Amino acid sequence: MPVETYTKPTPQMEPEAIPFWEYLRQHEMHIQNCHACKKWFFPPSTHCPNCLAEEVPWKPVAGTGKVWAWVTMHQSYRPAYKDEVPYNLSIIELDEGAKVWANVVECQPEDVQIGMDVRVRYDDVTDDLTLARFVPA
Amino acid sequence: MPQGISGKYAIVGIGETDVGKLHGRSTMSLHLEAIAKALADAGLSAQEVDGLLTNQPMHDPMRSYALAVAHAAGIKRNFLTDLALGGATPVAMAQHAAMAIEAGLCDVVVCVHARNQATSRELPQRAQIRDGYEDFDEPYGFLGAVANHAFIASRHMHNYGTTYEQLAAVAVSTRAHAVLNPTATMQKPMTIEDHLASRWIAEPLRLFDCSLVSDGGGAYLVTSAERAKDFKKPPIYILGIGQHHPHASLAQADELTTLGGVLSSERAYSMAKLNPQDIDFAEIYDCFSITTLVTLEDYGFCSKGEGGAFVEGGRTGPGGEFPVNTHGGLLSHGHVEGMLHVTEAVKQLRREVESERQVANAELGVVSGHGGVGCMHSTLIVGTSPH
Repeated sequence: MPVETYTKPTPQMEPEAIPFWEYLRQHEMHIQNCHACKKWFFPPSTHCPNCLAEEVPWKPVAGTGKVWAWVTMHQSYRPAYKDEVPYNLSIIELDEGAKVWANVVECQPEDVQIGMDVRVRYDDVTDDLTLARFVPA
Repeated sequence: MPQGISGKYAIVGIGETDVGKLHGRSTMSLHLEAIAKALADAGLSAQEVDGLLTNQPMHDPMRSYALAVAHAAGIKRNFLTDLALGGATPVAMAQHAAMAIEAGLCDVVVCVHARNQATSRELPQRAQIRDGYEDFDEPYGFLGAVANHAFIASRHMHNYGTTYEQLAAVAVSTRAHAVLNPTATMQKPMTIEDHLASRWIAEPLRLFDCSLVSDGGGAYLVTSAERAKDFKKPPIYILGIGQHHPHASLAQADELTTLGGVLSSERAYSMAKLNPQDIDFAEIYDCFSITTLVTLEDYGFCSKGEGGAFVEGGRTGPGGEFPVNTHGGLLSHGHVEGMLHVTEAVKQLRREVESERQVANAELGVVSGHGGVGCMHSTLIVGTSPH
């Protein structure tokens, strides 16, 4: 879809976050992993939030994890979501340890449970933006 | 742990505006009305106040909101700043006021917060304060504070078996207090069944788990315990303070069922040399029913995971064993981000409220502030005596 006709929120791309979105466009998920303390962390940063080290390389992750917490949105706060409700919101704990915001799709919202195994699905929502959603594994 | 400032500072004046839909009222005008009322309550002129603390309004931030308010109110400007701890700010203001006076920067500080969330769309649209992680959650449809707090509920229900009826019990007892408060927005009693019949907003939270969207403001004056004896009303002493800020967003949280209230309240209890069992009532930041429940656990009024059982059966309602949110809270009184929790605690300790909702023998109260997605937390213990 051309960017102009997509009406849902899109991210502003701060410099430190550009690799995350660029990898998603290539249908790969990369997360930062601190070279010093080995912590995987998200959202992106120039420094490790655990030890403030500067060497925080992007590394590929398996794209699998578990639902850590779920919500079913029934209220549409923007016109673009009017036809989407009810929809799932989930925090996914990746197998590597970092948590990401996402939707669990390809199942009913009421079937999403804490601890459920999920794997990533790449959705090209515009010509410039790919979102990482998750499906039951 | 050091004694800190326990008993050295006091709240000597409070002001509250109406809450609800106040058409045509700017946030600035609500700030000024609240300050004027607090000054009148203390019997003080603006020129006798020399410090001011504000919380940047979400929809009308300025480079220095405190400076604008201080000028507009004619307050002497020896110390002023904007604090930015979201809903934890009004409680944290008492801490900063005491710190500033202790440091010798000023003598009397007015702490003020107001917002016009309900009708701001009718007024000029200004910049908005952002959270800092919206680039990563909004594209997935994470919109509004309710979505974020619903995650706290989903984890609490998963970890501890907390039920919808227990969330409802929070809203029902808070409403029961509101019905006794003529200034509260919501005046119709609520039953558990009414709550459970309300529509889903962000499941597992329903409409009646959510706080109100309000216009309104409040203010309070802080000065030293020595000066506090010179004013019209009896001083209400600041006995314990604390803050703790466990994470910055949902994705960075280690857990959502224990928030900043544990460490924040521990510090405040320790400073005040008090235990949870000593506290007569609590004004708990209740942006959502689940926030009250988790904070009651975090503050030690019951064990972790037992908040659901604790709030059942009217224990926290009017005349209950442990009254909570005696004005009706953000859920049923009005939403000024906890400022009116502070002023209500002062009113309870001064025995100024309607007799039906006056906590019997109220001598010690605790007020909690909560900001972001349980990211920020502040605690204030207040009492009728300095020790």
